Amino acid sequence: MLSYMVNYNGRLDRTFAALVDPTRRAILARLEREDGVSISVLAQPFVIKLPGVMKHLDVLDDAGLITRSKVGRTVTVRFRPEPMREAMDWLRRYERFWSKSLDRLAAYAESKEAEARKKRR
Amino acid sequence: MTSLTLVRRIKARPSIVFDALTTPEGIARWWGPDDGPVLVAETDPQVGGCFRVRFRMLDGSEHESSGEYLEVEKPERLSMSWRWTGGAEDPGESLVEISLRAIAEGTELTFTHSRLHDEESRRSHEEGWTGALDKLERHFLVVERSSP
Repeated sequence: MLSYMVNYNGRLDRTFAALVDPTRRAILARLEREDGVSISVLAQPFVIKLPGVMKHLDVLDDAGLITRSKVGRTVTVRFRPEPMREAMDWLRRYERFWSKSLDRLAAYAESKEAEARKKRR
Repeated sequence: MTSLTLVRRIKARPSIVFDALTTPEGIARWWGPDDGPVLVAETDPQVGGCFRVRFRMLDGSEHESSGEYLEVEKPERLSMSWRWTGGAEDPGESLVEISLRAIAEGTELTFTHSRLHDEESRRSHEEGWTGALDKLERHFLVVERSSP
């Protein structure tokens, strides 16, 4: 269980680290719109050179956010949403935690308010 | 998206809500993601004071979080550092900020939990990948819905 959590955290770190960079976000946004883009086409809109794009793709690949497949001389890149889903699940756990807690906090405070009013009467 | 904001309108005056947030008796009544019991609630609501809360979930697992009060301005503002203690949950320290505003019906509570994923996510949050993440979230929600 512990090692699972450590791996889980490691994966989340990689996901968030991959998303920090604007170029990588732009790459993901494009891959989200178009399913399967070759590296040369993917690199076109960017000022940076192909090796720079390749480095970003390596980071995205390490985070599991893309897959690369080679047919002949063309490498096709695809978006892989699973790590995003995991990151969102992680955030949703916090949301559930606080949402439930605050609902009960509200109910408790409202009962205290009712008590305080009764006393004053 | 590494920060979470929730707003609640509560039919109770701010000072009552503030006490519910900061007293052990209050915390024991609401803290936790399900109806499992709060086992320990210790608070020292003054700047530099600490809190520690331990709770058991209905699945039997126990969790503890603790931190330090950073701002204590009764009855309108409270902020504290937050970390899970002892468990394998998320490491690192995050920030909880609560503001209470008096409104006609009682109190509007704005709750923010931020810095949820270390230094990098804080930076990325400032750079504004919220939009990108939202979009990607929509993407996979669509994917989930369309898959059999």
